Amino acid sequence: MTVVQLLVGTPKGAFILDGDAGRRDWSMRGPLCEGWPIHDLIVEPSSGAILAAGGSPWYGPAVWRSEDGGATWSHSSEGLTYGEGEGVTPIATIWSLATGPDGTVYAGVEPAGLFRSADGGRTWSHVEGLTNHPTRPTWGPGAGGLILHTIVPHPTDPQRMWVGISAVGVFETRDGGTTWEPRNKGVRADFVPGPAPETGQCVHKFAMAAGEPETLYQQNHCGQYRSTDGGATWTDLSKNGVPSQFGFPLVAHPRDPKTFWVIPLTQPEEGRFMPEASAAVWRTRDRGETFDRGDDGLPQEDAYLSVLREAMARDTLDPVGVTFGTKTGQLWHSADEGDSWQLLTGNLPEIWAVEAVVRD
Amino acid sequence: MATVLLPRSLLALFPGVERRHEVEGATVDQVLSALDARAPGMRDRLVEEGPRLRPHINVFVDGQPADLTTQVEPASTVHVIPAVSGG
Repeated sequence: MTVVQLLVGTPKGAFILDGDAGRRDWSMRGPLCEGWPIHDLIVEPSSGAILAAGGSPWYGPAVWRSEDGGATWSHSSEGLTYGEGEGVTPIATIWSLATGPDGTVYAGVEPAGLFRSADGGRTWSHVEGLTNHPTRPTWGPGAGGLILHTIVPHPTDPQRMWVGISAVGVFETRDGGTTWEPRNKGVRADFVPGPAPETGQCVHKFAMAAGEPETLYQQNHCGQYRSTDGGATWTDLSKNGVPSQFGFPLVAHPRDPKTFWVIPLTQPEEGRFMPEASAAVWRTRDRGETFDRGDDGLPQEDAYLSVLREAMARDTLDPVGVTFGTKTGQLWHSADEGDSWQLLTGNLPEIWAVEAVVRD
Repeated sequence: MATVLLPRSLLALFPGVERRHEVEGATVDQVLSALDARAPGMRDRLVEEGPRLRPHINVFVDGQPADLTTQVEPASTVHVIPAVSGG
């Protein structure tokens, strides 16, 4: 029987909502991971195990792993370190997880760096090539810290991968992490004077188009963008009907390379909530040339909602289910690709991460 | 052997591990390594890069605030206590 799981990360633990294939009836479990702050959750494709990334203010960073659908968990941070010594900055927390086509698990951490695991997150090794990039001394934090928050592996080539770092930008490796190149041409950095630099862009989230590894869509601090050459150059889409250039999450359709969703927010100086306090998710069906506003079921007055970079996800059913969580603890779901929305639960802690999983 | 008392929130991360331990060790550092042998990964939860105690982990030896270098006697009692933090 097909079931859908929504994996939710918050500063007070992970939660899981179990739903039916129709995505009408849901039940919630949690808090999981002993109430640890959880920034990201994924499912390991080869095993179905849930991995959760986080860090405790007391007990440090760790990746949690559950092999029974979230009932019991283990955790590890073995090897998740930049080394020993007085000058070494401790890793504060883990912000992102992804799996490559060869089963390698990747973790992005704060302060920004990348780690890999060949054993499902039990032990880790540092991807030193990124940390050793010549621009590393110039890297500066965004409002959320100096964080590696997005990992997009190539779907078939384990040597290729893109990562996003705030406020540094997108990098790509084509040799399995040994060397990296900035991929920020065409992306504005309105918060510094003069022409856009090679790095220093405030990428918020990016995703790959289904079946088109060279097509990437990006939500940046300074607009929405599309690349059709693997990130080498980017085209600004923010004049195409969205009400704000600013926003955090971006989610790509699992089968249609032309479709993705964003949630524009007012500028940071204006509060970072949905424009005019009227809630909406914006969808494009033509690669970002035009966007449609989806608001059926969402509050249209006095809705001072904000959605963080990892807090929107889609499932793989047809039609695709889309879910987003707010900083004020509401979890909204659409079972029809964003046409209409229902509130699943309204009293969670601040929602940092959402992932949707279909299990048969 | 020194007596070590661990906090409940740490025990929750290591199912089956007891709160009270009798371990060998001449320093807090050695005591925590001895604990790690019984509960692999426990040292990582208490010690960060440096190495030093994590900022919100307090250790007391015979009631006195301690760090990794503090001496531990065979008759000592070592308390590991999470600091006041969180929100």
